[in-house]
This record gives sequence, structure tokens and C-alpha cells, in this order.
Amino acid sequence: MADSGSGDIAVIGNTDLTTSESENNIKNTMVEKGTNLLKRMEIGVAEAEKRTGKNAVNMQETYTVYLVETRAVDASSEGTTPVPDSLWRRYSEFELLKNYLLVTYPFLVVPPLPEKRAEFVWHKLSADNMDPDFVERRRVGLENFLLRVASHAVLSNDKIFYSFLTEENGWKESVFETGFQAKADSRLKALNATFRVKNADKRFADMKQYGDELQSVISQLLRVRARAADRLYGVYKVHGNYGRVFSEWSAIEKEMGDGLQSAGHHMDAYAASVDDILEEEEHYADQLKEYLFYADALRAVCRKHELTQFELEMAAQDLISKKQQQEELATGTVRTFSLKGMTSKLFGQETPEQRETKLKMLETQIEEGEELVKERNRECEEFVKSAWVDIERFKEQKDHDLREALISYAIMQISMCKKGIQVWNNAKECFSKM
Amino acid sequence: MSTGTPRSLPSSGQKSLQDICHPLSAEESARSCSPDTLKTSNPGEKDRSLPNGTPVDTSSPASSSSLLNRLQLDDDLDGETRDLFVTVDDPKKHVSTMETYITYRVCTKTSRTEFDFPEYSVRRRYQDFDWLRNRLEDSQPTHLIPPLPEKFVMKGVVDRFSEEFVETRRKALDKFVKRVADHPVLSFNEHFNAFLSAKDLNKRLGLALLTKMGESVKYVTGGYKLRGRPMEFAAMGEYLDVFTQKLGTIDRIAQRIIKEQSEYLMELREYSPVYTSWTSFEEDLHEPLEGVAGCMSNCTSALDELTEDMSEDFLPVLKEYVLYIESMKNVLKKRDQVQAEYETKLEAVVFREDKKTPVPTDVEKCQDRVECFNADLKADWDRWQNNKGQDFRQLLTGMADKNIQYYEKVRDRELE
Repeated sequence: MADSGSGDIAVIGNTDLTTSESENNIKNTMVEKGTNLLKRMEIGVAEAEKRTGKNAVNMQETYTVYLVETRAVDASSEGTTPVPDSLWRRYSEFELLKNYLLVTYPFLVVPPLPEKRAEFVWHKLSADNMDPDFVERRRVGLENFLLRVASHAVLSNDKIFYSFLTEENGWKESVFETGFQAKADSRLKALNATFRVKNADKRFADMKQYGDELQSVISQLLRVRARAADRLYGVYKVHGNYGRVFSEWSAIEKEMGDGLQSAGHHMDAYAASVDDILEEEEHYADQLKEYLFYADALRAVCRKHELTQFELEMAAQDLISKKQQQEELATGTVRTFSLKGMTSKLFGQETPEQRETKLKMLETQIEEGEELVKERNRECEEFVKSAWVDIERFKEQKDHDLREALISYAIMQISMCKKGIQVWNNAKECFSKM
Repeated sequence: MSTGTPRSLPSSGQKSLQDICHPLSAEESARSCSPDTLKTSNPGEKDRSLPNGTPVDTSSPASSSSLLNRLQLDDDLDGETRDLFVTVDDPKKHVSTMETYITYRVCTKTSRTEFDFPEYSVRRRYQDFDWLRNRLEDSQPTHLIPPLPEKFVMKGVVDRFSEEFVETRRKALDKFVKRVADHPVLSFNEHFNAFLSAKDLNKRLGLALLTKMGESVKYVTGGYKLRGRPMEFAAMGEYLDVFTQKLGTIDRIAQRIIKEQSEYLMELREYSPVYTSWTSFEEDLHEPLEGVAGCMSNCTSALDELTEDMSEDFLPVLKEYVLYIESMKNVLKKRDQVQAEYETKLEAVVFREDKKTPVPTDVEKCQDRVECFNADLKADWDRWQNNKGQDFRQLLTGMADKNIQYYEKVRDRELE
């Protein structure tokens, strides 16, 4: 079982994990010290199971559910580890949770989910969502998601998140009760709208650009990787043919027979080793993918800033024009060319009573406008403050995680080379004994 | 034993495979061969001696000198007792009005008395090597002649004058002359001598064509049916068939691997620029990103080398052995022919019981030939097997080494 005492390392609540998987999980999540939820609770996604049931349109479908396990931290201090609480969740429920978080905390970089469909695949088979390898990688990704949320100072305190982990039934309803759906729709619209902001905070503009660049570069990498993996697979597997032909050849040789035969076995081993290599590389690809999706979340925050800024500017603009109108009416001068001015010139001026009412209306509007601008301004400032804090946190996390990922990628390559050297040395020995 | 001179020692055809001394076989010590042991006939062998029990007197020059040399030459795996060293190097292009061609320098160092000088350096072109090989085949039909690299370049894309092609060819030609020089019989062949020493081979060429035509006719006997092939030759034939097959397969596999590696290489090349462009907009991740970018480009160059080496060194040797096997099969066929001829003639003689004349000389000659053939063939077969073993050992070990080097290069860079 994972150690719950260390504050820095993510805690995993599953005994069935292999050492490499535990390592993967630890590598995947960087948990901050003194996080709230994780201090009190161990979280894990233990298993995956296939279920069949009727879907929304009353048709039979097969889907996968994942076992979410939780256990209170202090419980294990008694010496015996109690059975964790658990419930089953499917991917769509995770998605629901994530969308809720996105809408409710637009100023935070919300952790991403593992991909919905397998992308950047190198082997046609693994594009299938039911493929056991895919399911397993998804399980790891989902656990990673939960741990990241649980380790976030703000997100981990969310009630909906907590009930996701603890209440199997009725959770969906409680999410919808928050009314986030309406906000979700308007958020989507806003994100896709085009508008021009005059005074966006430069830092956010830079961050947005960074997000774009990161996304582009990671996509490229993943594409190259997929093609390279395909080729590498070919190279290794063809060497397996050597095994067979050496074996056949050894049958007709007297002295060279034994050497050839053993060399053939080594060739077979070489060919088989590619599966492990590619699996490990897949892990690296998953780490990259997480940040590919993180880039999306980052962009969303920057966009939201632009939106709030835009709304502030709109409100300010509106106020200015209203004040202008007020001034014009009061002084009777037409400072700027306006349709009103033109029509009044053409069709005669208004009566003093009409002007009075208009002025009164404008006054109230201006008052309201000023309030609105103040509010929007406050919103904007608050957003900038809290968003920037989270962005800084994200930056640190990203630097750390990607550095680790790159280093472990290098280590993996080294071990691949070592294995290659070993196999060929063995083969060489066999050859020299021929 | 007919006479005291070594030249008329009995044919070694009566010996079984294992008993034949071989100067180049590693296990046996050649010195154990003595004139006496050659006389005993092996019961396992089909009885080829004449009815009166006397061993057949051999008079064909081809095998007698081979016997002499087999007895005299020691094991020379270390090259200490070798007295003939030949190399092929320094390819040069010659442009004349009629044609453009490449010549190679053939250097010889020798202490043999058959040569006038201890050292020679002559220029030869592929044509000359081809001539030599044909002469050898004609004058020593019972021996396995090493193969030459292909005469014609099948794939029209290959440049005959490109460095790689010329170098590959040079290596093959070098191997060819070395194999001939190492052969106890072939190396003493007069044509080989001429090839190594004559200033102008063209004159010799003309002469050779005229005088040596006749010899080849002797051995091209057709139309005789073979009664029974001795087991060992049948086994040889079978072995060669299977071996060719396997070599063909290995060649295909190697080519496929090279192709896949090249395609993998293409993809690998894409990695480095992506990582480099990534560094341009990262602040803190510069180090690891640049490191990975560097490693990737290192990987690509190491893989490139590996692929190149494989095509240049590994594949040509495979092809060469395929050619070798082809010529060996031809020799086997010839042997069959000779045996068939002998059998037919013998039969014809046996039927004529009334004539108490001594066995006609031509039947004797036939028997002769068969014996020689068998002997030479077996001897050559042995050394061929040996050499093949060595060659392939080297070849495959080399392949393994190359791969190891590749991985080591990549690993070392990664560790940095």
C-alpha cells in the first residue's frame, strides 16, 4: 500500500497495482504539500469492468465502469488497513464532473481527463475503446485526474467533487441541481465568439499564445511518435524471421548447427522485446497527451479573462456614450456627429418636457452604468488575481512534470539500448561459437 | 605405387572423406599424410580399382600437382608458411575514346619459384578477372572456383562508377584472388601466374583463347546416364539446394530489415526539429528538451550508419555465396557426367568378354577422371565448408557488432 505519511507524493489506494503502475501514478501526479482532501483521504481508481445496459434511446450498449475507491487516511494508522469505500463510475460521469468544474471555476486551470477516443495510434488495433490496453491506460488516467483535483487547494474542497467520490446514487441529479448546465451553454458560446479586446492583460495574451504553441508542438510530436512506433515495430518483428530461418538452416549444418540455433532464439527474443518497448513509450505519450489537453484548459482561462475584460470594456464604453448623450442634451451642443443630432436638425428640436424626461432617464442609466462598471471592474480584477495565481501554480507543475517525463523518456531509451546490446552480444557469442 | 616421383602417386579417390589430408583443415595435421596411407582402399567406398587390384595410375596433371601440394603444404591458417600474398586495391577510372572503365591494382608478393620475381604490381580490369576465372574453370574443371562479383549491374539505377559500387566490387575481387591464392591447386595454375605477373595481359589473352579451347571440350561430356550417385555427392547436392534456399531467405530478410530501418530513420529525423522548436517557447525546460533533440539526431545518424554498413558488407557476401553455390552445383553436375561416362564405357567393356585385351586406355582415363574429380571435389568441399563457416561467423558477428555499436552510440549519447 502506498504510504500516506509523505506529503509530497500522491497516495494511491489500490493493492492490485503493479510496481510499474504505482511508479507511473507517482510520476503522473505532482501533489502539493498541505493539500486538503488528500490529507484526509486516499483516492484511487482500482478496476474496470464491462457492463451492458440500456442507454438513453433504449438500446443495448456495452460500456466500461471504473471502481473509485476512497479510504480515510487516519484509519490505516490503527495497524490494520480497512476495506476502502467504493463505487462505480463510467467515463461520462467523469466528463460531467469535469464540465461542472470548468463552469464553476473558470479562473482555474482544470485538470484534463484522458482522451475520449484513442488518438495518435500507431497500431490499428489499439484504436478500439474496448481494447484492454486502452481501458487500462484510461483507468490510470482517470485516477490521475482525481488525484490532481484532490490535490488542488481550491478544487478539492468542492462538494460535488466530494460526493462524486462518495455517493453513488443521486450524484448526477445533484450536479444538475446546481444549474451549471445553463452556465455551460453560455460559456461555450462565449469561448467561441470573436470579439476584440483593447486592454487585455499582456500576461494572459502571452499565456494563450504559449498554450497554442504547446498544443501544436505536442500534436506534432505525438504524430511523429505514432509513425515511428509503427516502423520500429516492423524492424524488430522482421528480425524474428531470422530466428526461423536460422533454425531451418541449422538443421542442415554439422558444426554450425548449434550456434545458429541459439542465435535464432536470441533473434526471436529481440523481436518479442519490441512489445514492452512500445508499451513504455505509450506511457510517455500519455504524459504528453495530458499536457496537450492541459493546454486547452489554459487557453480557456485566458479566453475567460478576455471575456471579462471585454464585458468590462463594453460596460465602460456604454457608460461613456451615455454620459456624452447627457452632456449633449444638457448643453444643447452636438459635439459629435450623430443620427440624433441630424434628425433633430432636420426635424426640429425636442420640446423641453421631452428633454427633461430624457435627461432623467439618462441619469438613472448612468448611475446603473457606473455601478455596473464598478462591478465588472471588480470581477475583472478578481479574476486576474486568482487566475494568475493558478496559472503560476500550473506553470510550476508543468515544468516539473514535463522535465520528469523527458528524463524518464531518456531513461527508457537507455534501457532499450541496453537490452539491444545484450541481445546482440548474446547472438554474437552464438555466432562465434559456430 | 607406380614410380618414385611424387607425380604419379595413386589417386586419392580411394580414400574416404575423413581420411583425406587437407592442408587447410584446422582439425587434421597435414603431416600425418604419407604416401603409404594413400594406398589403402576404404571398404566404404565403391570399388573403383581395376579388377586386378592395382590402383589406377593417374596421369592427369590437374590432380597430381594437387596431391603434391597437399602433402607439402602445412597448415597455414596463421599465414606464416604462406608464400603467396595477393591484394586488389587502388581503383582508377580510365577514359578512352571507345569506352570508360575501372582498373584495379593487383599486388603480389611471393617466394615461389614459379614466379620470376618476388613482387609484382599490375593493373587489371573486371574483364581480366573474368578471363582468369574462365581459364581456371576450363583448366581445373574438377575444382571449385571461387565466384566473381556480378558482371552486369541489374538495376539500372546503380552507377557503375559510384564510389560505393566500385568499393564493393573491389572487395569482392580481392576476396576472389585471395581465395585462388590460398587454394593448393589453383594458385599454381599458369593462368593465374600470368594474371599476376604479365605486363600486358591482352597478348596472353589471344594466345590463351587459341590453345586452351580444346581442354574444355574434354570435360563437357553430355548424354550419359548416371547409374548411381555416391551418397556423399548426393548429400552435397541436397545440402546445396537447401542452403541456397536459406541464403535466399536470409537475403530477403536482410533487405527487408534495411528497408524498414530506412523508413524508421525517416520518421526519426522528424523528431529533432520538433523538440528544437519546442525549446524556443519554453523557459525552464530548455535543458531536457535540447538534450532530447540532440539525442534524436544522434540516433538518426547512428541508424544511418548501421543501415549503410549492412548493405555494403552483409548483403554482398550473401550474394557471393549464392554465386559460389551456383558454380558448385555446376561442378557437381560435371562430376556426375564424368562418372556417367565412365560407367557407360566400363559397361561396354565388360560386355566384350571375349576380347582379353587390357582395359582400354580411355576407360582407364575415365576412371581416372572420376577419381580425380571425386577427390578434388571432396577436398574442395571441405575447405569450402570451413571457409564458409569462418566467413559466416565473421559476417554474422559483424552484423551483431554493428548493431551493438549502434545501440552503444545511442545509449552513450542519452546518458549524457
